[in-house]
Amino acid sequence: MDEGYITADGRQIGGVVMEMKNITLRFGGVVAIENISFDIREGEIRAIIGPNGAGKSSMLNIISGFYVPSEGEVWFHGAKRPQMRPYEVARQGIARTFQNIALFEGMSVLDNVMTGRLTQMKSGLLAQALWKGKAEAEETANREVAEKIIDFLEIQSIRKTPVGRLPYGLKKRVELARALAAEPKLLLLDEPMAGMNVEEKEDMSRFILDVNDEFGTTIALIEHDMGVVMDLSDRVVVMDYGKKIGDGTPDEVRNNQDVIDAYLGVSHD
Amino acid sequence: MFYREAGDFKTTYTQDSQTFPIKFDRIRYYLVLAFAFLVVPFIINDYWANALILPFLIYAIAAIGLNILVGYCGQLSLGTGGFMAVGAYACYKLMTSFPDVSMFIHVILAGAITAVVGILFGLPSLRIKGFYLAVATLAAQFFLVWLFNRVPWFYNYSASGQISAPERDTFGILITGPNAPAWMTYLFCLIFLTVCALIARNLTRGSSGRSWMAIRDMDIAAEIIGVNPLKAKLTAFAVSSFFVGISGALFFSIYLGAVEVGEAFSIQKSFLVLFMVIIGGLGSIFGSFAGAAFLVGLPVALKVLGVDILGWPTDIVSHIQLIIVGGLIIMFLILEPHGLAQLWNLTKEKLRLWPFPH
Amino acid sequence: MPDQLIYAMEVTLNGLMAGVLYALVALGFVLIFKASGIFNYAQGVMALFAAMTLVGIMDGQVPFSHMINAIFGTQVHHFGWHVPALLAILLTVGVMVLLAWAVQQFVMRHLVNQEPIILFMATIGLAYFLEGLSDLMWGSEIKKLDVGLPQGINDAIDQVTFGWFGYGFFIDNLDLVATVVAALLVIALMVFNQYTKEGRALRAVADDHQAALSVGISLSFIWVLVWSVAGFVALVAGIMWGTKSGVQFSLSLIALKALPVLMLGGFTSIPGAIVGGLIIGVGEKLFEFSLGPMLGGATENWFAYVLALVFLVFRPQGLFGEKIIERV
Repeated sequence: MDEGYITADGRQIGGVVMEMKNITLRFGGVVAIENISFDIREGEIRAIIGPNGAGKSSMLNIISGFYVPSEGEVWFHGAKRPQMRPYEVARQGIARTFQNIALFEGMSVLDNVMTGRLTQMKSGLLAQALWKGKAEAEETANREVAEKIIDFLEIQSIRKTPVGRLPYGLKKRVELARALAAEPKLLLLDEPMAGMNVEEKEDMSRFILDVNDEFGTTIALIEHDMGVVMDLSDRVVVMDYGKKIGDGTPDEVRNNQDVIDAYLGVSHD
Repeated sequence: MFYREAGDFKTTYTQDSQTFPIKFDRIRYYLVLAFAFLVVPFIINDYWANALILPFLIYAIAAIGLNILVGYCGQLSLGTGGFMAVGAYACYKLMTSFPDVSMFIHVILAGAITAVVGILFGLPSLRIKGFYLAVATLAAQFFLVWLFNRVPWFYNYSASGQISAPERDTFGILITGPNAPAWMTYLFCLIFLTVCALIARNLTRGSSGRSWMAIRDMDIAAEIIGVNPLKAKLTAFAVSSFFVGISGALFFSIYLGAVEVGEAFSIQKSFLVLFMVIIGGLGSIFGSFAGAAFLVGLPVALKVLGVDILGWPTDIVSHIQLIIVGGLIIMFLILEPHGLAQLWNLTKEKLRLWPFPH
Repeated sequence: MPDQLIYAMEVTLNGLMAGVLYALVALGFVLIFKASGIFNYAQGVMALFAAMTLVGIMDGQVPFSHMINAIFGTQVHHFGWHVPALLAILLTVGVMVLLAWAVQQFVMRHLVNQEPIILFMATIGLAYFLEGLSDLMWGSEIKKLDVGLPQGINDAIDQVTFGWFGYGFFIDNLDLVATVVAALLVIALMVFNQYTKEGRALRAVADDHQAALSVGISLSFIWVLVWSVAGFVALVAGIMWGTKSGVQFSLSLIALKALPVLMLGGFTSIPGAIVGGLIIGVGEKLFEFSLGPMLGGATENWFAYVLALVFLVFRPQGLFGEKIIERV
């Protein structure tokens, strides 16, 4: 395993942190993902792109443990990851956002962000029932972490608002806050810019870059906006109809004929 | 004007997350507590205790328990009657097997036993959701009632199949049986209610509460971000059943004194407590109090109105009770599905601004 | 043939008959659930109300007589006429349609797009309301219902089976009639659902209220239709059960028995309701027959639920229900 490299603008990219080896995913007769392999390096921003229905969200679901691949292995930190439940995957330091927002609509923004801290909060039932002492101290300590994230993403003014009432763009930001609150080693973003206008995209891009810069978080993101992908990512994986058709830096991928065909829809005869 | 937050700044997170952030609320809460503990015992009498106050206190505990399961964790349960029965029968067996142990211990242990039973019947919730879970809890309801009816060990082989609470005292004063003074039974139940409410408040404001609500709102996302669904659901069943068991134990030993399981803990009981939770407000401790007060008070009010004031025969009044309760449930669900608690919140929000309109 | 086996056969046949009646009640649930996503807890009380109204009309009872007498000190009870069964049934169907309209107008319309648990709670409220109304209108004492259906042990079967097995099966005529009626109803409903315009509209509404609205389907009409059909099914069930055991409160508890049937058969399947009903009917009778005496009897109180529960753990959507697919 190589030890990584330094990018043109001085960022440190480390060794391989996650590796998908020959992943195949079938639902009954439908092959959603066919024999795809790629890796993600520590500290990089890895984009996964491709037309709709290519299997990108399914790949993310495999990484978070929600789907079990029909064939193939997931390697995390140089060791094969045994089959585990999604919450165990979360405990390993993988957090994500969702394509169709999956916030907890019955809770406030602050509470949603605090749910991101659940993997770190250890007080037992009895301690919580008593509250004073251990449980309260832990709650306050974790609240401080949550508030830092809230400051970072500039959503302080809505912290007590029930999320159901928020506009779409803010909901996406709260979802990002919840994922960040877990202090993840690997952050998965499923179409974080979907449905946003130019300004909102610029804000979100800035946040993503800041997260990678300040916290050194490895980021894998699915995105449709080519401009965003080219600007933000270090490397890109291109999927189409469940197969991998491109893998490399944005420039390499941009000039790949297969990728161009897939996006422009060349007829296959 | 009176009810405001202006000038009341919180400087620590601990202050910000207290139960009653507004000073007015805090003072009101202490006043109510003082009144309940220090004034009511001197003015209570047998009639009011039995007609209104004891059932309110006891059902409030059950409602808090069910609210944790249904309102906070989103697991619909129709087995409340059966679980109250577990609490009652556990209490009975404990009382008759260990006559010298304090009633406090018996009631708490009865709750603990019910918690274990609750975990058992909660296991299907890992595979079954929503409606289907509700029907599965019916299996618990019917099975438990059948069990306590048919297995004579539970009612100490008595010929009638009924269980009755033998006389016991606490700190020298009778607490069960017909001669127990009203203020004593009242205080006993009040202590349990206060402690249960405090525990519920503490659990729901911390990580347990958030785990539960996450499962309720979107269980798949909850698991993906790190909530262990098995642990969350089973703790909800356990805590909920603990409270419901205590409620059942008190219902039997302190309030009724003797029960026949088919009458006292039937599915009608399950619905009654569920209505309290729905009308009071899902996911709200205050709502549990409000719902219990409403559904205990309404029949009494209707009876006083119909029988005592208007002079109608009792069966007509009871038919009308059904009509009104049913109608009110529908009305509440249409107008304010979040129950009395939400109505209360909206009132408080208006009060915060009063006398300004916005 | 050993005696136990013969008895078991008789028990099975009785179980099948009971199962048909369960299925009949379950049908009403499936209809409403298919069209509106609501589990109508009030279905059982609707059967009670229908039966009581039928008896009330047939006997010429004055509605609300008890209350009128209490308030005004009068002594009216009956109009003095008797309405023939067939006409009374038609009138009762009319009442049920009126009820369906009222439910649609005052309850359903205001609860569009609410979560399923809220809708379910509303139907429980409706059940309480309707029960109180039934009692207030017609009085809560047990009533005898006789619309001229054949009752009593069927002699033909008794003699034939005696000839075969040396033991005559006791099969009630009423149960036979119920089976035939239920079978006809099921076929009619399936045809309606699959092949008529209204049936198609029903399926559209069941899928997505708003989408159905957007293609011009009148939700209110469909709901009145559905609740009327459910009301009709409730009436038939009420007649069957009422003739068998008298019209009384316990009729409404039949609804609860339908729940395990639906769990087994899936909430959205008409054939599932039938198969589920038969399985539950036979299952609980056989269980009580074989293991009941060992366990103290009366296992029918809970067996159906436990059976359904065990079943659900292995197949959460029931036998015929649509597989629940969860996506993120």
